Amino acid sequence: MSVRTPLGQVEGLGAAHRGTEHFISQRVTAIALVPLAIWFVFSAFALIGGERSDAVQFFAEPLNAILMALFVIAALMHMVLGLQMVIEDYVTSEGGKIVLLVLNKFFAWAVGAAVIYALLKITFMQSTP
Amino acid sequence: MGGLAHTLRPGSKSVKFMAEKAKGPRARPLSPHLQIYRWPVTMATSITHRATGLALAAGTLLVAWWLIAIASGAEAYDTFSMVARSPLGLLILFGFVWSLAFHLLNGIRHLAWDSGFGFEVKTAERTGVLVYVLSFVVALAVFAYAYVAKGVMP
Repeated sequence: MSVRTPLGQVEGLGAAHRGTEHFISQRVTAIALVPLAIWFVFSAFALIGGERSDAVQFFAEPLNAILMALFVIAALMHMVLGLQMVIEDYVTSEGGKIVLLVLNKFFAWAVGAAVIYALLKITFMQSTP
Repeated sequence: MGGLAHTLRPGSKSVKFMAEKAKGPRARPLSPHLQIYRWPVTMATSITHRATGLALAAGTLLVAWWLIAIASGAEAYDTFSMVARSPLGLLILFGFVWSLAFHLLNGIRHLAWDSGFGFEVKTAERTGVLVYVLSFVVALAVFAYAYVAKGVMP
């Protein structure tokens, strides 16, 4: 028998059994994404559908490549937290929930790795003579 | 509200009906569901926030495709550009930008709530309408900017 009160034993335990660090990370990534997303939209929409050389030149600028990497990383972290919440809310079977939570992380890491690799390739395209 | 009290008078038809139904296998009374309620603005923005979040998760694949296409070479880039400039491509891009604009603006609204501002019912409803209006204004502005910058638009 625990000496803790019934309320004390369940406090903070929602469907996910934890939450404070999730809540804080979700907000921190959100704050980071406000300026990054605005920068992304205006940068990307000036380039999409245009000449490839313009896009390569744009990402040859270190600041642009770094901001793009930061935007994608922050967005994917924010996405993992958001999708996790959706899965925990709507998927009632314990097994299905665990499978989807793992796939959620795999998806984010796969997209992140592909994007970082692409950015590095574009960047080093420039430096090779 | 008054209607429910009226129908649940002891001995009324509906109470007898419920009692008969209750004899069956676990016929429990149901709480009213989504379609019963008048949709308040705050409920609509909450659902739209989640829906646009899901759309943006799919949108990460578009961003990845774009960057991989730039990295891969002329052929891959041309394929991406052709799809992006097609009518369906432009529609998807508009949906992506609008989702991003809505999620961003409503996200700022959420951050304000988290800091303790804007919780008055009237204020929350007004900012909700404002977010819907501004999200379309921003999405159209981005497309106008893209047109001027000779990007996405043909």
